[in-house]
Amino acid sequence: MFQPVYFDHNATTPLDPAVRKAMLPWLGKRFGNASSRNEYGRMARAAIDAARQQVAAAVGAHPTELIFVSGGSEANNLLMKGVVACRRPGLLVVSAIEHPSVLRPAEQLAKQGWLLHKLAVDTCGIIDADDFAESLLDMPELVSIMLANNETGVIQEIETLATTAKAANACFHTDAVQALGRLPLDFRALNAAGVRAMTISSHKIYGPQGAAALVVDKRVELQPLIAGGGQERDLRSGTENVAAIVGFGVACELAAQRLNEAPQRLRVLRDRLEAGLLAMGAQIFAQSAKRLPNTSFFAFPEIDGETLVGKLDRAGFAVASGSACSSVHPGPSHVLLAMQVAPEVALGAVRVSLGVANTLDQVECFLAALQEISVSLKRMTAVTI
Amino acid sequence: MKLPIYLDYSATTPVDPRVAEKMIPYLTEFFGNPASRSHSFGWKAEEAVEHARAQVAALVNADPKEIVWTSGATESNNLAIKGAAHFYAGTKGKHIITVKTEHKAVLDTCRELEREGFEVTYLDVQENGLIDLQALQAALRPDTVLVSVMLVNNEIGVIQPIAEIGEICRSKGILFHVDAAQATGKVDIDLAALKVDLMSFSAHKTYGPKGIGALYVRRKPRVRLEAQMHGGGHERGFRSGTLATHQIVGMGEAYAIAKAEMAEENRRIGALRDRLLKGIQDLPATYVNGDLEQRVPHNLNISFAYVEGESMMMALKDLAVSSGSACTSASLEPSYVLRALGRNDELAHSSIRFTLGRFTTEEEIDYAIKQLHEKIGKLREMSPLWEMVQEGVDLNTVQWAAH
Amino acid sequence: MSYSEKVIDHYENPRNVGAFGKEEEGVGTGMVGAPACGDVMKLQIKVNKDGIIEDAKFKTYGCGSAIASSSLVTEWVKGKSVDQALAIKNADIAEELALPPVKIHCSILAEDAIKAAVADYKKKHGE
Repeated sequence: MFQPVYFDHNATTPLDPAVRKAMLPWLGKRFGNASSRNEYGRMARAAIDAARQQVAAAVGAHPTELIFVSGGSEANNLLMKGVVACRRPGLLVVSAIEHPSVLRPAEQLAKQGWLLHKLAVDTCGIIDADDFAESLLDMPELVSIMLANNETGVIQEIETLATTAKAANACFHTDAVQALGRLPLDFRALNAAGVRAMTISSHKIYGPQGAAALVVDKRVELQPLIAGGGQERDLRSGTENVAAIVGFGVACELAAQRLNEAPQRLRVLRDRLEAGLLAMGAQIFAQSAKRLPNTSFFAFPEIDGETLVGKLDRAGFAVASGSACSSVHPGPSHVLLAMQVAPEVALGAVRVSLGVANTLDQVECFLAALQEISVSLKRMTAVTI
Repeated sequence: MKLPIYLDYSATTPVDPRVAEKMIPYLTEFFGNPASRSHSFGWKAEEAVEHARAQVAALVNADPKEIVWTSGATESNNLAIKGAAHFYAGTKGKHIITVKTEHKAVLDTCRELEREGFEVTYLDVQENGLIDLQALQAALRPDTVLVSVMLVNNEIGVIQPIAEIGEICRSKGILFHVDAAQATGKVDIDLAALKVDLMSFSAHKTYGPKGIGALYVRRKPRVRLEAQMHGGGHERGFRSGTLATHQIVGMGEAYAIAKAEMAEENRRIGALRDRLLKGIQDLPATYVNGDLEQRVPHNLNISFAYVEGESMMMALKDLAVSSGSACTSASLEPSYVLRALGRNDELAHSSIRFTLGRFTTEEEIDYAIKQLHEKIGKLREMSPLWEMVQEGVDLNTVQWAAH
Repeated sequence: MSYSEKVIDHYENPRNVGAFGKEEEGVGTGMVGAPACGDVMKLQIKVNKDGIIEDAKFKTYGCGSAIASSSLVTEWVKGKSVDQALAIKNADIAEELALPPVKIHCSILAEDAIKAAVADYKKKHGE
């Protein structure tokens, strides 16, 4: 069967065969409910405990600091709504380039009496330090700034930002979903700098969809989003998704091992890709910023992004136009707009996000295909004009 | 025969091998994010998600557009109750009615709403575990916004009269939510006929995977909800978050199998349950909890008087059963469901829930019967309460030394 | 709940289950706990003329830890004087059985059972 080349790892990743192997018994003979006080239940409980250790170890957290949830969006919602439920309405500070699962809850809270300040970014997608310092003067209750952006891959100086925010005594949260497995993550160090909570997710690191965690300093007062049986220290009720949690654990372990070589290797591929793109006249967003090594976000002036990704798909390359998570609402990327990119340019944006199975050969083939497509599309545009 | 014998199907069920088989490709080559609109990986996943949505809708005779994916019945219950309460509080009122024997996911959600200023009436049940429709009628108020009643109780398996409750609610313009986590594949559900506005479903109680569930949200008349998870706007804005395709595929297949096989399966399981009941009826001082008629065939909840629940569980280590509900068994509190039936604490403490399922065999039931005779006998030999009862002492007259 | 091997051993092979006649010479009976709390222990001691506990029996309604605690206590009191028996403390029982914190109340109950049995014996024998 013809399998297209997958270049959309920031949307989701294929499951690592070792992860799948670890999960299958939990979709088979080991099916107990972890809350059951019988042999089947105890086995499930032990598996969850082991996975909790693996995930914690991979991000430098204590196992008891983890709350397993169904996905990154849930973790972000839990943190945002759970923290504000324990505080009197005040100021919320989030960056303008956050994932919708941070932005929408923030906007929702703004309707309920909270003040919302969205932090500006510069043309490279970096948080405006002055804007941030100024917002801190108003003593925000909660700050949420993502560690690495899903669209551009731009990495924020989270430790520095958190340190600045310490005096304001805000709860500082970082969405690290895209950073996990691509950068070393150490919650101990982040926590020391002032980060109180961090979101991580399984399906961006070759683990299954359906598992994620909120890593949270236990001093943070939190109200659950989902009430019920009292699982996860009463902060997240519902029968645990044992198979996915087991998979998440193994995926974290593998991700930590891969950190030694995968990022460097992917950076070489990404740099080759971008050299080719530039030669074809592409504009690469946030090119000079510190970015995730696997991500390239670009546009060709005069070429519509939707048309381009459609052609690329037919040529056998799966890439994204904007982020998969926000593609429910078509329109120019809010991240690019925040970076002062013109809407008509933003509409042309294409994201390539590489993964561990990608090769230099695939990148070369992609560039060749792109060359052909872009020439034909430019010609079409010229004719239309 | 493999020990321990699994008789805890209401806590969770194994994934049917036919379901697992359908899931595997989505853990292998079809790994796309169904929200990815720009390539075939995403389209394949989306196609699978929509196929599964139709399968789930088919089991309960609903429109696929009325099915919203969630992470499980607990989330569905939270979304239904908080979502409806918050959306309609301003226009309809802030009074909610539920039942004392509901699942914790409903009760704790209602408690949360009480802290926010809602008023909640918790209806008593009758001795058989069923609600009294007149008590419900009497509890309705002009500001009642929502009634939430489960279809099948997780501990005692009794079936509440939701058709009648639906009529009552609809006639008053009150929203009606039903937790059907324990009902799918066990009782017929026809949402075209039932006047139910919101219904919660789980996959892992019906031979599907854990971590996936759904909420039925009626379109005609249209029911609106305030989302509890905001973000990318998945599920028509009702529930944001990347969909776990393999789990959704599993739930769809599990529900399709349930639809095809439930009639035959319920007959088989009912016969096994009756065999179990018949086999232990000669044990004295043994009481069935909950109505035996208005009950799913899978469930037998029995109190063995004068033996304590936890030691009984320990003695019956060859039987994987529950005492009380799985979700509350971290605590040593006697089951609140049995207390609501009027059972005293000691009978609540000494209850065992046997729940049978697709893979239960006659041989397993016979083994269980033998074990129960042996172990209950041994524990009663050791029980001072049993000794007193044999001597003719009425335990209710004893002054117990408090501690 | 994971029980220690000792609890499981006492639970599976309880020592000295049974009863003496309450009015028998030298027998003291202690019953503590309440069914509503989930445990009731009945401990009986048989004391000889020298004031030494020569035999003990128990019956317990309760969890595995409660059964193990009472079984252990019947072994420990045998051969002791009634006053030596009173020196057995719940902490000793909990330590011997490696009871988890949520089960400490079982050892307290067992200590109470000894006290109650001795008190009953003393009452009957005019001490």
